[in-house]
Formats: sequence, C-alpha cells, structure tokens
Amino acid sequence: MVDAVHPSVASSTGVAKAKGARAGKSGLAKLMRRRSAVAFWMCLPLIVIIAGLVVYPAFYSMYLSMLNKAQTKFVGLANFEFLLGRDAFRMVVWQSAIFAITAVFFKALIGLITAHLVNNLPSKGQRKWRGMLLVPWVIPLALSTLSWWWLFDPTHSAFNWIIRSLGGNEVPWLSDPYWARFSVILVNVWYGAPFFLIMYLAALKSVPEQLYEAAQIDGANAWQRFVHVTLPMMRNIIAITVLFSLIVTFANFDIVQIMTAGGPRNMTHVFATYAFLLGIRSGDIPLGAAVSLFMFPILAIAAVFILRGVRKRGREIG
Amino acid sequence: MTVASAGSVPQAKTRSRASLMRGRRWALILSYVFLVLFAIFFLTPPYYMIVTALKSNAEVARMATNPWWIYDGITLEHFRTLLNKTDFLIYFKNTAIVTLCVVAITMVVSVLAAFSLSRMKFWGSGVLATGIFLTYLIPDSLLFIPLFQIVRGLGLLNSYWSMVLVYPTLTVPFCTWIMIGYFSSIPKELDEAAVIDGANHLQMLFKIFIPVALPGIIAATIFAFTVSWAAFVYPMAFLYSSDQQVLTVGTVTSLIRADVYQWGMLMAGALLAAAPPLIIYAFLMDYYIAGLTAGATKG
Amino acid sequence: MANVVLRNVAKRFDDVEAVRQISLDIPDKEFVVLVGPSGCGKTTTLRMIAGLEEASAGEIYIGDEMVNDVPPKDRDIAMVFQNYALYPHMTVYENMSFGLRLRGTPKAEIRQRVEHAARILAITDLLERRPKQLSGGQRQRVAMGRAIVRNPKVFLFDEPLSNLDAKLRVQMRTEIKRVHQKMRTTTVYVTHDQLEAMTLADRVVVMNGGRIDQVGAPNDLYHHPKTRFVAGFIGSPAMNFLPCRLERNGAGLTLQITDQLSFPVPPGRTTRYEGVCGKSLIFGLRPEHLTEPRGSERDPRSEFTATLDVVEPLGMETMVFFAVNGMELCARVEPGAATGPGQPMRLYANLNHMHLIDPETDLVI
Repeated sequence: MVDAVHPSVASSTGVAKAKGARAGKSGLAKLMRRRSAVAFWMCLPLIVIIAGLVVYPAFYSMYLSMLNKAQTKFVGLANFEFLLGRDAFRMVVWQSAIFAITAVFFKALIGLITAHLVNNLPSKGQRKWRGMLLVPWVIPLALSTLSWWWLFDPTHSAFNWIIRSLGGNEVPWLSDPYWARFSVILVNVWYGAPFFLIMYLAALKSVPEQLYEAAQIDGANAWQRFVHVTLPMMRNIIAITVLFSLIVTFANFDIVQIMTAGGPRNMTHVFATYAFLLGIRSGDIPLGAAVSLFMFPILAIAAVFILRGVRKRGREIG
Repeated sequence: MTVASAGSVPQAKTRSRASLMRGRRWALILSYVFLVLFAIFFLTPPYYMIVTALKSNAEVARMATNPWWIYDGITLEHFRTLLNKTDFLIYFKNTAIVTLCVVAITMVVSVLAAFSLSRMKFWGSGVLATGIFLTYLIPDSLLFIPLFQIVRGLGLLNSYWSMVLVYPTLTVPFCTWIMIGYFSSIPKELDEAAVIDGANHLQMLFKIFIPVALPGIIAATIFAFTVSWAAFVYPMAFLYSSDQQVLTVGTVTSLIRADVYQWGMLMAGALLAAAPPLIIYAFLMDYYIAGLTAGATKG
Repeated sequence: MANVVLRNVAKRFDDVEAVRQISLDIPDKEFVVLVGPSGCGKTTTLRMIAGLEEASAGEIYIGDEMVNDVPPKDRDIAMVFQNYALYPHMTVYENMSFGLRLRGTPKAEIRQRVEHAARILAITDLLERRPKQLSGGQRQRVAMGRAIVRNPKVFLFDEPLSNLDAKLRVQMRTEIKRVHQKMRTTTVYVTHDQLEAMTLADRVVVMNGGRIDQVGAPNDLYHHPKTRFVAGFIGSPAMNFLPCRLERNGAGLTLQITDQLSFPVPPGRTTRYEGVCGKSLIFGLRPEHLTEPRGSERDPRSEFTATLDVVEPLGMETMVFFAVNGMELCARVEPGAATGPGQPMRLYANLNHMHLIDPETDLVI
C-alpha cells in the first residue's frame, strides 16, 4: 500500500501542523497496510492446509480418475464408463442413496421427537437426559460399530437370544442382504439421531414462549401450535441439519466397512467402501478415484442448499 | 353484583380441575416412558460392551444363558490380556501422540485464522470464510484416494505422522467456523479500546480475545480431540503395520487371533479406546454440546 | 362483551405468594388498569384472567361463567403482549386472521373482519408485510389488530407500550383509548406507568405486594388516596412526605414539623384528626399545593421560607426543590416567582389538600 502523503504538505500550512498531519496520515496508512498483511499472515496456515490437503487433492483426484490402472496413460472417461457398466457399481449408487435418505429421515424424526420430549421435562432433569441420550455420538463410530457387530453376530447375537426366548426365529442380521441393509441403516440412525436431538433441542429453546401463549389465546391446540409455530420457526435449522447429515451419511465409511465390508454379495456397498475396495485393496487407484468422484455432484448440490440455508438463518438472527 | 350459580355453567367446555391435572400428569408419565425407551435404544450397545468385556470367555461362548447379564462373575482377564499380550498399548500411544499433535496444530491454525477472518476484514475474507465451510463438506472418503498417492509420494505411508498431516483437514474447517462464531460475538468496541491502549494485533488476540472466547476455544479443542481420536478412514488406508497403527483401526482389525474373534477382549479394547472421549464428555458435556450447536445456531 | 369478576383469587409460585386473595368486579365495557411497581402481581393477575397461569385459589368469572378450568383458547379473550408476539413467518394479514382460520371461519368473513380492524388501526397498507419489516409502533398496532379481529369478550393488555419510545407511547395511548371508545369491549390493562393508568382508565386498580391497595376512578385516587403507597405512587412528581406531630393548639390542631416549622390544620379537619392527636404521623402534600404565596384567602401561618437546592424551569411552571429536616421536598411555583439555587424563597402550603398518614398502618386518615 503506497504511502499517500506527499512530502510537499510540509510546505503548505505550518510546518508543525503539517508534520503532525503527515505523521498521522503515514501512521494510519502504515497501520492499514500492517493490518491487512497481519490478517493475511494469520490466515496463511489455514489457506495452506486447505489448498494443499483439500483443494489440490480434490483436483488431483479428478486427474487420477482419468488414468489407467498402472497410471501410465491418460484414458479420459473410460473409468467412469466402466463403472457405470458394472452391476456392482450401480448397486453402490442405489445403496448409498437409500441408506442416506432413509437414515436421515429417521434420524431427523427421532431427533425431533426426543427433542420435544426432553424439552417438556422440568428444566432440572433435562441436562441429565440430554447427557444420556448423546452417548452414541460420543463413542468413536468405529468402536460402537464393533459392538453392534457383536450384537448382530450370527452365532451369538444377543438380539437373537431375546427373539428366541420370545419364541421367534433368529434374524440373519448381517448374512441376509436385506437384513444387512437394515442393520447398516439402524446403526447409522443410532449414531446420528443424538446430533439431531441436540440441534433441535437448541432450536426449540430459541422459540419465544410468548408466541406459544399468543397461539394458545388465538385458539390453537397442542398440535396446531406445533404446526403453526414450532415448525415454521425451526424450518431453517431442520433444513440445515438434514442437508448436512445427508452429506455425512452419504459419504460414510466406518459402518459398512466394519460390519459387512460391502457384502453380502455387494449389497451393502457404498461409495466410500467400494472406492476403498477398488482403490486401496485392489490397488487400482484411478478406478477408486472415479468411484469417489461420483459423490461429488450430489455433495455440491447439497452444499449449495446448505449455504443458502445458513445465510438465511444468519439474516433471521441478525 | 351477583354472579350466576354454578348450575348455569355450560358443561361442554370445562373440565374439572382434577381431570386437567390428571391429564397433564399422564402426559408427563408418557413422556418419561418414551424417553426411557429411547434411552434403552441408545445405551444398549455401550451397556453390552461393558457386560461382554467383563465376562469370562466361557460365558461369552455359551449360548444358553442370558447374554445381557453376567452369571459367572466379573473378570478382568480381558483387560489384562489386552494390555499385556497385544499391541493395544502401542495403538493407544500412537493415537495419543497423533491426537495431541493434531489438536495443537488445529487450535493454533483455527484461532489465528478465525481471529483474522472475524475481526480484520480484508479483501477476500468473506470468500475465504465461505470456502472454509465448503471444504468441510468434502468428505474424507473422497480425499483419501488422492491423499494416498500424495502420502506415498512423501514417503509417509505406513507412518502415523501421515495422520498428523491429514487429520487437520477434518478438524480445522469446523473449528475455525466455531471460533469465528465466538469471536464475532465479541463487541467491536473492545478492539477499539485495545488499539487506543496501544495493543498490536497479536497482543489483542492473546490478552483479550482468547480469554473472552475461552468457552469457544474449549469447545473447539474438544471437537478436534474427539474427531482425531475417532478417525477411521485415513488410518485404514494409510497404516499397515501394528507399530504404527491407531486405536480405532487397531481394535477393530488387529485384535483377532487365528481367525477367531475374541469378543471379550475386543469389547474390552473398544471400551478402553472409547474411554478418553467419554471421560471428556462426562466432565465437559456443556462445552461439547456448545461446540456442536455453535455451528448451526450462530449461522 | 362481558364482565370479569375475581373472587379471592390468589397465586403462589413455589413458596412465593405473587397474588394474595384479591377480589375485583369489572363491569361490562369498562376499561380497567392494573397498575403498580414490578412484582406487585398485576401481570400474574392478568395472566390468570387469560388462563396462562392457573389460579392457586379463588374463582375467576368471565361473563358470569367460571373459567378457572377453561383453557385460554376457549375463554374468548384476546391479549396484546409487551413484545407483540407476532408470528414472524406470517404476513400481517395472516397474523391477524390466524385465530379465525383456526376456528374455520369462512374466508369472506375473515377478510371482512381483518380489513375492518385494519381500517380502525390505519394499517391497511401493511397487510402483506411481515413483522420484521415493521417498526415498533406498527407491530403494536398489528398486535392490537389481531386482538380486535377476534371480537372477544375481554381485551387483555400486558404493558403494551413499554417497548416504545416516549413520543410513540403518547400516540399509541390515544389510539388505544380511541379503539376502546369505538368498540366498547371490556378491557383489562396492565402497566407500571401511573400516567398511562390515569389517562386510559375508567377505573384504576393500584396493586402492591400482591394485594389491591385501592380501586377507583383516576380523580378519586388522585385526590383521595387511601394508603400511603397509593398517595405516593399516583401523580408525578410524587407527593411530598414529611414526618410530623399533631399537637393541640387551643381549639384547633397544629402540625409540628420541626421546632421552627409548623402549620395550622384547617378547621374543617379538626374532627377527623382529633383521634390521633399527639401521635407521630406522616404529612403528605402534593407539589402543586406547595406554591409561592398566592390566593387571597390563604392562611399566613402556612407560609414559610426555604433555601432552594435545585430549580427546574419547565416553561409553564417551575419546580423547586428544597430540604426540610433532611428530606427533599418539591414545590410547583409560577415561573417568575422562583428565586435561584442557594437562595431563600417564600413558600405557601395549601393545607386544604393535606393528607395525614398513620405510619403504623400506612393508611390515610
């Protein structure tokens, strides 16, 4: 930034006054220059990390996906065509979508219900219940998936023991493809619902009590108050959390990898695990890159909507 | 003035006071019932983890008795075997080193960046803030393939230092976002008073902002810790040998002897591995939750 | 249109008695204001009438029907909140029509009633806007419009003007009065501002510490307060209070304030005050009855000299402050008559308007 003060200022009015003015102005210019530079330096580590470890790899991934397995020549969109032709991959697309949509729906529903239940408790007890209900989210997903795997174990499933005691038939939790899908979704819902609970509880508490009172006086019963006051006030937060969770669930790796490794018969594979299988296990990096890049369009769309939602919420509050 | 007798009160709209109170009490009881059901749903796996970890191997294998309870007495043999005869402690040590490094890096980077983005508007700061948020939405399951190549090229494959390199991508964006939220809520007048008092920017940061935004810093630190501790994709892809492995992958894949799943020991391992985040949660639950909600409610 | 009756109504929160056994009769069409300091129980009482709080004891009647167990939505009341409580995601039209829509009122009738209310409040051109696009005064009108549209038996107002700036407050006060004159709906209005109470009410209910101190028309409360609290609460600037002793002086009585200062009690009051002769009492006199010497029938013994501390010229009159016995008193004098700060001034106490208060009971004698 160029120092804006011309030395000839000293000759115009009075020397002392000019000197003071020049010192003040150059001091200000220097401050501005320093401020901008300091700000930039403070951001630099962040920029380096994001540029080097997120943006560059993302683009690199696109480049990789267009190479052959040995990474010696450029093959354009051949990998993508190949994938689209494969049954297993088409199932991956289908499964990833089904898991994400179903799981997020139930997570949001359970989150909303439990948030209301907890909110209606006397405030002293709320903290305790909130603490208990958030536990699934605190335990590292890989480890809790391990315990679910044990609960679903073909021979020793504790769930099957209960079912047997009640006279029913054992459930092949992980060995039957459709039950396996159910199990994956179940663990997903178990893990993610507490997040929704916390978000929705906070949102519920931000609705002013007087709105409910005004609605009561206007003649609304409990359900009408929910539909006309609670839901509209929470609309934005619901949208943000749902979209956010869609992205995260869509890209989830741990649950499928640990419990089913994609099976049986590739019927629980999702993008993340399939990419892992092809890219790391089988060593075909370009193909793996192609698989995971398929996620990109959907993530981008969801991201746009989230951004809009967050901006709207910022305006609502501020 | 006279008031009409109670006999002329239209019965349709009123309920007796007793029935009103009974109605409300039933609603509360029903709430508790459902809450207990949900609590059972959420707490079943951890409970079962504990039960299995404390059971003898014989009882674990037995099919006839109730698996939800311990009949043969509590045993700590799984924990002993785990700590003495497996690489568990090595995993723990590696995870601890990685996590501590990552948390330190994350906090330094995030706090500096958040401070500059929220208080010092410069050209492109808005774009950068949005950009940070967007990168958080690029999942590790997309980045791990190209990063595999990059890490291999750097010669860091199969070294836990590669984790220290890549984990910040998981933590820095969200922590920065949290911190921006907290820093933004500090009134501008504080800046101006500090400038008048003669502080430069770094002094402002350390002497004023960090103390005032301490809750946010704690929340972000907890978040960074939990995410690093629980990361699974990157170690799964980049680490192979036991001496470099971290807890999540190690517990899930390596504690298997001769193709036999030693569930007692596995659950003991899972329990110990999950302990640090759980302990932090137990003591600092409010900061934990504040970190989560800060993202959404502060816009 | 209906009357409201409270019989021995009380409200207790845990171990705090917010409202203690109050009884009140509000005839149809009357505009009643509950006024008092924070925590006196006025808002709690209003909320009990609305049904937002349940009465711990006593009965509440709206229009001859006991409504203790009737939920707010069935009481046929409308309420205007201090913070307006407008639904932020609905337009003004939707806000005002919400109650009617819930009851399944036909669309044509809704439109007619909303437009009628909008005309009364001059908000017809705001109907398609949302609350966040409106100013404070406009929002308050919409809140009132929402209440009017319902055509309820009773209007309830919970400190509706507290969030408005001073000028707007005066405007809205007139609006509210105008609406009441037009619609003649029974109104219960809560405020902590005694000026609002005096200008709006048909009758004022002064509450203090959960109890009703006095009920009456504004002028009644002004000139004939029954308790020390009412005497000091109503009227601005507040009434002057001085400890004194009542002494016998031949055939009449004298108020002895200090050794140097005493006033003769007007002969007409001798019988009233005889019983408390010799006791320490509190003497109350409003500032407008402490003036420069004026009036040809004044009693010269009621004149005295005081050294002024502060002089506040207000244009049409001047307020002067001075101390007696360490207590600061206020007098309202003609603008030209005031001397200056630190200067002595001749003042006259018009004891025809005096009040004597028994400090043990806080009742006006």
